[in-house]
Amino acid sequence: MENLEGIGKLISKTDPDENRQWVRENKSRGLEDKTMSVKEAVDKFVKDGDYIFFGFFGTRVPMSLLYEIIRQKKKNLSVGRGGLYDLDILVAAGCVNKFDRAYGGGFEVLGLSSVYRKAILNGQMQVNEWSNATYAWRLKAAAMGLPFLPVRSLMGSDTFKQSSAKMIKCPFTGMKLAAVPACYPDVSMIHVHRCDKYGNAQIDGVKVFDIDAAKAGRKVILTTEEIIDTEAIRSKPWRTDIPHYYVDAVVEVPYGSHPSNMPQMYYMDEEILKEYIQQSKTPEGVQAFFDKYVFGAEDFDEYLKLIGGTKKLRYLRNLERFQEKRG
Amino acid sequence: MTNELQYKPVEMMAVAASRVLEDKKSVFVGTGLPMIAAILAQKTHAPELLMAFEAGGINPKVPTLPLGVGDSRTFYKAVMAGSMCDAVEAAQAGYIDFGFLGGAQIDRFGNLNSTCIGPYEKPKVVFPGSGGANDIGSMCWRTIITARHEKRRFSEKVDFITTPGYLTGPGAREAAGLPKGSGPYRVVTDLAIMGYEEKTKSMMLLSVHPGVTVAQVVENTGFKLVIPEKVGTTAPPTAEELRLIREEIDPNGIYVGGSE
Repeated sequence: MENLEGIGKLISKTDPDENRQWVRENKSRGLEDKTMSVKEAVDKFVKDGDYIFFGFFGTRVPMSLLYEIIRQKKKNLSVGRGGLYDLDILVAAGCVNKFDRAYGGGFEVLGLSSVYRKAILNGQMQVNEWSNATYAWRLKAAAMGLPFLPVRSLMGSDTFKQSSAKMIKCPFTGMKLAAVPACYPDVSMIHVHRCDKYGNAQIDGVKVFDIDAAKAGRKVILTTEEIIDTEAIRSKPWRTDIPHYYVDAVVEVPYGSHPSNMPQMYYMDEEILKEYIQQSKTPEGVQAFFDKYVFGAEDFDEYLKLIGGTKKLRYLRNLERFQEKRG
Repeated sequence: MTNELQYKPVEMMAVAASRVLEDKKSVFVGTGLPMIAAILAQKTHAPELLMAFEAGGINPKVPTLPLGVGDSRTFYKAVMAGSMCDAVEAAQAGYIDFGFLGGAQIDRFGNLNSTCIGPYEKPKVVFPGSGGANDIGSMCWRTIITARHEKRRFSEKVDFITTPGYLTGPGAREAAGLPKGSGPYRVVTDLAIMGYEEKTKSMMLLSVHPGVTVAQVVENTGFKLVIPEKVGTTAPPTAEELRLIREEIDPNGIYVGGSE
């Protein structure tokens, strides 16, 4: 028996007209100074029950915002696409109750998550299944201002069945296609290499989902390694990956992707990741980890001291530049 | 035989998988063994093999093994550091010849499960889900599955089809709307290399690795494997292949360092 539609209940906003109206009323096209602190950005733009997307793939993750979400005890968030450590800490902290999953519950080569497994088994999270490509296309559909895109993944699989995709017939060729609904996150959070105070941003290295996610998000928070002068943006406009009119907040957070990788700048911090994976096996361990690194730090600068300070950061920088060996 | 080379089963797997890849073709790679196989192919018979990582890294000169598919090593000296869409749309448009897959369960038609063991609503074991697997299995021309050969893994039925193989058999992929002419191509394990029988789209033994018997393969397979009249023996790794893996590709033994 063929499945004509997935049984997963749609989590995200998906209506382009509703989004157009929201954009018309809420997004400034002007050049405004959007700089603020991590605390302010999360307080102002992340509400309980929001659908959040954060750039990730073990690389360029807006970690300062995620830690702050835990500090501010945000609740009932929906999370888009998934993640590794970044997602896991939000689940462990009880901030997430819905999940559009393409990948979640593992740490790539570092193994499987015990936190995620428990959250699934005790029914803490409603999950919709997707794949990496179909999630990317859901963001792309939203970035394009569309309600869906027809794609060729998912067909014939149980992943389709547990998604909220629908099968459609192409009006031109008669082919069967999977229609994947647009995903308009309430908040998209992206860590970039540099941007100006208005939010014109440059990314070095792979972009993964992030440019479409910035275009798709209703509210967009950028954290950046450094804030640069607008003249530097205007002297190389072809280097702009995200233009300012998509952006609502700009926060300067050096080393803001730690313990994840920041291309050309610092490599991932396996030591902290392994410490978390070990600690996360028990609720007491998770609490101890959070007490130490999240609640134990007022802000990201303090956190950087806790994870090993300048010495550790220099090591991670050298690793990224192949001037040091993993060890 | 004199001077017989010592190697681990996982090295045999990496070598066998690398030999499936072809020069001037393209391959979608994930972390782990597939990456070693692809790099090994580039360093041996397929120098112009185009490697694509789903986070957007296209044809890097991988300096040390990446720990993730979005890691900066996946676009070191690459021809492009693009986006997820750049990578997967190339596959959807037919530019990606090979794709690597793995899974906790595999059935005779090459359907793969990387979502859960047990019923989806009440799973016994929870895995990370599709990631890029469904996309690779749906859209690459030919997929190569690498897995340890265990009876519970090679099972009669998968609990969840995360990634489609030949689904229920001949014609099923096309009927479901998947691209014509695409699908599972080879299965490389620590015991053998398998392909698919044309008329049934069922998994078929092609060769057993040195020292492995057909009976051993059958015993470790949970479904009825097609056994042709003539089953070859996989050529063992050469000294040069082993040197490349051990000294150049994975000198720290990240993926091939263990006992398996």
